[in-house]
Order: sequence, then C-alpha cells, then structure tokens
Amino acid sequence: MLNNSEKFSHDYLRHDKKFPHVWCPGCGNGIVLGSLIRAIDSLEMAKDDIVLASGIGCSGRLPVYVDFNTLHTTHGRALTFATGIKLANPSLNVIAVMGDGDATAIGGNHFIHAARRNLDLTAIIINNQIYGMTGGQYSPTTPYGSKASTALYGNIEHAFSIAELAVTAGASFVARGTVFHVKLLDKLIAQAIRKKGFSVIEVMSNCHVQYGRRNNMGDPVTMMKWLRDSAKNIKPDGSMDSESEGGSFTIGVLADLEKPDYIEEYARIRQKAKELKQ
Amino acid sequence: MAKNKSPEKVLLQGNEAIVEGALAAGCRFFAGYPITPASEISELMSVRLPQLDGTFIQMEDEIASMGAIIGASLAGVKSMTATSGPGFSLMQENLGFACITETPCVIVNVMRGGPSTGLATNPSQGDVMQARWGTHGDHPIIVLAVSSVRDCFDLTVIAFNLSEKYRVPVIILSDEIVAHTREILNIPAANTIAVVDRIHPNTPPEWFIPYEDNSRGVPPMASMGDGYRHHITGLIHDPKGFPTQNPKEIEAFLKRLFRKITTGFYEIQITKSILMEDAEIAVIAYGSVTRSAHRAVVKAREHNIKAGLIQLVTLFPFPKNAVDIILRQCRAALVPEMNVGQISREVKRVNSHGCHIVKLNRIDGQTITPDEIYAKLKDM
Repeated sequence: MLNNSEKFSHDYLRHDKKFPHVWCPGCGNGIVLGSLIRAIDSLEMAKDDIVLASGIGCSGRLPVYVDFNTLHTTHGRALTFATGIKLANPSLNVIAVMGDGDATAIGGNHFIHAARRNLDLTAIIINNQIYGMTGGQYSPTTPYGSKASTALYGNIEHAFSIAELAVTAGASFVARGTVFHVKLLDKLIAQAIRKKGFSVIEVMSNCHVQYGRRNNMGDPVTMMKWLRDSAKNIKPDGSMDSESEGGSFTIGVLADLEKPDYIEEYARIRQKAKELKQ
Repeated sequence: MAKNKSPEKVLLQGNEAIVEGALAAGCRFFAGYPITPASEISELMSVRLPQLDGTFIQMEDEIASMGAIIGASLAGVKSMTATSGPGFSLMQENLGFACITETPCVIVNVMRGGPSTGLATNPSQGDVMQARWGTHGDHPIIVLAVSSVRDCFDLTVIAFNLSEKYRVPVIILSDEIVAHTREILNIPAANTIAVVDRIHPNTPPEWFIPYEDNSRGVPPMASMGDGYRHHITGLIHDPKGFPTQNPKEIEAFLKRLFRKITTGFYEIQITKSILMEDAEIAVIAYGSVTRSAHRAVVKAREHNIKAGLIQLVTLFPFPKNAVDIILRQCRAALVPEMNVGQISREVKRVNSHGCHIVKLNRIDGQTITPDEIYAKLKDM
C-alpha cells in the first residue's frame, strides 16, 4: 500500500525524468507543486484534461515535473497561450503558473486583461518578491526599502498587491495563500480550479537565496517564520487588515463572484452570428 | 461562401480574400490586434468565424495575439493572426516560440513603410528581412508574398497547408495596395480545394516520442487533451521534449528543423513566370510590384525588348534554383522593390554566373509604376 506522498509522486510526477528538480533547497516552489497536485487529486480530474502552462523563471520550470499536458512559454506570456488553448478546447482545465515578475512586470498587461475578460483559467502566481533565476533583481512586488541586486541602496519603487490588482481588474475568484499555510493553500487552489471564470491565487513564497540573503532573513526557516507571522486571515466579514509594505498581508479568499465567463458569452456571439447569416 | 458546390463570383479586397482563403483552409481561430492596413482581416474574421463555430478574439496586443494563436494550434485548431509592421515586430519573440516548438500557424503582415510607426496608410515592402530574420536564433521559416486578390485566397490556403505539413509558422507578406484593391474572385467549390492537415500520432501514448526524427523530419503532432501528454518548451529540447544542454542533441534538433524545409524545397518554393521563354531581360518581382512589372514587360515586348517576368511567390526559403535558371538564361535582370533592395541582395547572392543585376527602388510610400520599370528596361 502506497502512502499518500508515494501515491502522489507515482500518479502525478514524471518520475522517470528530470529529477532532482532545479530549485534551491528550501525553495517554496516545490511546496506549491505539492499543493497543486493535492488540489487536482482532490478534484479527481483526468490528467489528459489538464494543461499546465508557465512563463519563464524559477516557477517556469514547474510544469516539467508533472504528468499533464505541459507548456513552458515565453516570459510573461503564459496567460496568452492559455487563452488560445482554452478557447480552442474549452473542455481542458487550463492552469497557468507564474512568478511575480513574470505575471506583473513583463506579463502585467496580459494579467489585467485576462482578469477583465474572465475566461475560465486558473492563474497561480508565486510571489517571492524578487527575480530569483536572474540573480536577485527587484521585481514589482519587492517591498519598498528592500535590497536587491539592482537595488543595493534600497528599493525606491512601491510594490503591487497582486491579489488586490486581480480583484480590481475583474477576476471571478481571487485568493492569497502562503507556502507556510499549506493546508489552506491546497484548499484555495482546489477552489480556484473548480471556479468558473478567471481565478487567481497569489502564493506568498520564500526566496531565501536571492531575497532573504540580502534582507537579513537568511535561511528558509527564518523566511517561513516570517510568512507564518505576517499572514493575517481575512476577517469573517470579508474586510481585510490594512497592509503595510514588507509587513503583514491577508490570506484567504478576497473575491468570489458569479458572472458569465468568456466562453458562455462567446456562445451567444456564435448564435447571433448564425441567426444573422440566415 | 466557400461552402457552395459551384464556384462563387465575388468582389473582394485582398484582406477579405485572405479571410476567405483561411476559412477554406480550415482556420477556426483568429487572435489579433487592430492595425492599419490589416484591420479588415480582424473585422471580417470577427463576423465569419462565429458563423462557423470558430473563435475570434481581440487580444490586448500583438504579443498576446501571437501567444494565443500558438496556444490554439497546440490544442488542435488551425489558427492565424494578421498585423502590420509595428505589430509584426511585437510578434517576433513568440514567432520564435512557434518555430522551436514546431507549431503550425499563419501570420499575415500587411507591410507598411517604416521604421517605427512609419507610413500607416502607404504601401511598402520593407519587412522582407524582418519576416526572414525577425526573431532571434538560427531557424528556417516560410515566407510567401501576395500580389492580387486571387493570390490572397490561393496563397493563404497554401500557407496553411505548408504550415501544417512542415509544422512551421508561415508568414504571408501583403502590402497596402493588395490589401485594399478590390477584384473579382471566383471562390472555388470547397470540395475542389486541397486542404492539408497535420499528421497526428498513431502510436499508443506510452510509446509517443513527441520530437522523434523520421524520414520527413516532421514528427507527428499531438493536440493537448487527446491523450498524448507531453512537455512543450521554448528551450531547445531532446526528442522527448525536455530541455537539453547536450551539444549533440542541440545540433541534431536544429539540423532537423532546417532539414525538413530543405526536404520540401520543391513544393515550398513557388514562382510564376510570364513571357520568360525567350526573355533576355528578366524582371524579378513580388507583391504588388509584380503588377506594375507585368504591365512594363508587356509594353517592352511591344517595343521589341525581349523582357519577361518572374514573380517570387515564395520569398523564403529563397527560390534559388528558379532564379538561378533565369540568371543563366538572361543577360540582365531587374529587381524592382518598395525598399532599398532587400530581395535584390538575395538575387545577387545566388547569381553565380555574373548576370547583370539592376535595382529599382522606391522608399517614398508610393508604388513603382509600369513606366518606371519600362524606362529602366529600355536602358538595360
């Protein structure tokens, strides 16, 4: 009898390939991968029906390890490819995994328009507040005052709040989790995948090598503790604690709206087009 | 329209004929961003595709449009985008992605003068080399040039067919004159149009090696969701589709990309000849300039100048053999272009027998007239 973790690795990982993975020891990306697999398993989805697309960066390597239809696209563009895939075959469950720079810097335009368009996609954005793979340069989510390899004197730009940006841009479902609160993360990802319309999960994660090292948060354990202590659950009335940059942030579901998704809307267009043609 | 059994006679502009050609070839997905002088392609696609259960989407920019058509093609639907100069520049990165992942798709570039915003409403042929080399890295690509409404329909069908057969993006270069000229087009009956579809794998999924070489150099292509789960990446990959740094695998992969196009040279390289049998001077032209050249050649014949015309339908891979034969046959060749001489350089490159090659260029947003070409022919 396989235990749970063996079952998951056997069923979902491309175990004959490409292990050990490329991520630094202690990186949060592996935790997100685990959560994603558990969420998918809990939804009992067929592997053939899942597409996992990514952009470029540390998070971009995530699809390599899982036995779905996987796609490693260009930097910042995962959502554009996902849009084409979903529209060409709406029966597929299309999930895009991105990093903070990937989704909100180079891909920022695609991100807000995907939310506005409300096509049934799931976007998982791993926010480690830095450009990890390229060597620790500041990203749109690097806290004000933090140090980065291109901000040795302290970052003077202000951080995006990814989840709130997604709410404002019109996503149907928006949540924030962390790689410390794993059970919650499993649940949020499952909810997001199940949700019709554009869903966003921002996952606060740790890059101890590029961010922690420069900002006196050194090792993964210290960063995990920081995630534990900084995350505040969203209050039952839906309101949020006010956020201070580099300080606390809320976790939980920020938005869960019912509205028609793009494919439903487009079905009306097709019907109208055929009626007018006759 | 193409559904009818008998040929249908319609008055269309080039942009509209491209849409009808694409639909006849089986295109059912279009993503685009409006730009002059290509916008009518988007507009008509937004009307026609939903009638055929296809999908039109107006994306936030050209980068997104290119990404979306690749995604749609990976999911098994023939797809296309259309743009003009500045938009084409934005598409280049994802165009490279289509090259390396061998994703069939068609990109129409209705050329306008440049650089930058350039001449939004004037014709140009300034993007020939961008079409060939716009994206980074060594890679083959197929580029076709249209000169008439007839071409727009026929060559769009051919573009899709070549793209599917060789798993390579195909670029159609048009220009403002072709795009907006209205001509009578006999749309052939659907059952008379040869349509080529990509070859799907027929091995059991567990045996499927997505980038395995074969005699054609074109691996069968699985669609997402059809049971052949595999990894697709813009990194150079091994036959199984996973990133590789192994020099042998890297070289084998890139060589295969070139070899598959080399293997198909005979059907990819299309040229048309007019009055070439006994010609002593050849006009080598493409796009709308072909039309001026045709007129000029006829006029030259009336004045006992033995001129002929060869239209380059395929610009890349450059039809070396066809041009070489012409250059051997003729004492001189004239290459008129609405740029500073992008194709004349290619002609010179293949001119191994010292034929006298003359350029005729305009870069002022105006077409090259028949009289200008005739005047040049008289002096040659």
